[in-house]
Amino acid sequence: MHAPENQLEVRVWRGGATGDYQTFHVPRLASQTVLDVVTWIQRHLDASLAYRFACRVGMCGSCAMSVNGVARWTCRTHIEKVCHGDRLDIAPLANLPIIRDLVTDMSAFFDKWAQAKGQFVPTSTRKDPFARVPPDSPARAAVDAAIECIGCGVCYASCEVVAWNPDYLGPAALNRAWSLLRDVRDAGNLERLAAVSGDAGCHACHTHTSCSERCPKHLSPTGSIAGLKRTTALAMLKGTL
Amino acid sequence: MSARAEARAWLAQRLSAAVLAFCVVVHLITMIVAVRHGLSAEAILGRTRGSLAWAAFYGVFVVAVAVHAPLGLRVVAAEWLGWRGTIANVAAVVVGIALLGLGARAVVAVAL
Repeated sequence: MHAPENQLEVRVWRGGATGDYQTFHVPRLASQTVLDVVTWIQRHLDASLAYRFACRVGMCGSCAMSVNGVARWTCRTHIEKVCHGDRLDIAPLANLPIIRDLVTDMSAFFDKWAQAKGQFVPTSTRKDPFARVPPDSPARAAVDAAIECIGCGVCYASCEVVAWNPDYLGPAALNRAWSLLRDVRDAGNLERLAAVSGDAGCHACHTHTSCSERCPKHLSPTGSIAGLKRTTALAMLKGTL
Repeated sequence: MSARAEARAWLAQRLSAAVLAFCVVVHLITMIVAVRHGLSAEAILGRTRGSLAWAAFYGVFVVAVAVHAPLGLRVVAAEWLGWRGTIANVAAVVVGIALLGLGARAVVAVAL
């Protein structure tokens, strides 16, 4: 069945893990985003639809969902980019427990940042002068390449290794660990290398590059994980791992 | 496995992969060149038997396979069969010993 003219036939996931898709018809508008569609459904058709968003401009990372099977920021995804006919499937992010409808429980995702020792460990106190880090130094360049992550979970939902091994720390947590590992001000690298080297750490990555392909910030968690692999191997050879 | 053992396993698989990349190319080119004029198995064995160079080459090849394949299968077993920890490690060691034994037997048959 096709949607009436100038309308989208939108299948939206409803319920929890054992839920099902519910079909809605939504007017198709110019410059419409997927988030606009979800919001229109909630405001005009079913006020009980649960979803999550905040900034609407690609800064907060809270509106990520699976759109036609691909994890995306819904606020920055235009309908014309992902919908070549008149049908759209919208589901919660994969690899995370569903709370209800389009809302996932992201606790495990953020807990893994902590497991990967994603906290900054300072080498100085607030009484010390500011650290001077040359912007063009190789270490700072590596940090720059990884630091813009806003924790949206798109990479985690796109990662096949997370799907196979739920304990796997995932691209975002490992990318965070890499950015700290190259931070010359940080003192937590011995513990961090041990934390990212386990059965569920960087060595579990198969370099499928789905995370880098789908990252809305165009970061390369794959590159960060490769850096972790090299660094852990060197640390093992030096006897510090 | 511990973090250190995991890093060691990863490095061993990478290094063995580099060795295999070289050995497989040499092996394939040699096979294609050797049989292009209809060389028989007997004639090939006549050339390889007693050759220390071929024994060393295929010996290295077999060791690289015996290191590389079990480490990869261990990960496949973890992801597809849910085998983790001791059972996966023991299975990998068994596969590695089997490959080493079968490979060594073939090297002995071809080169000695």
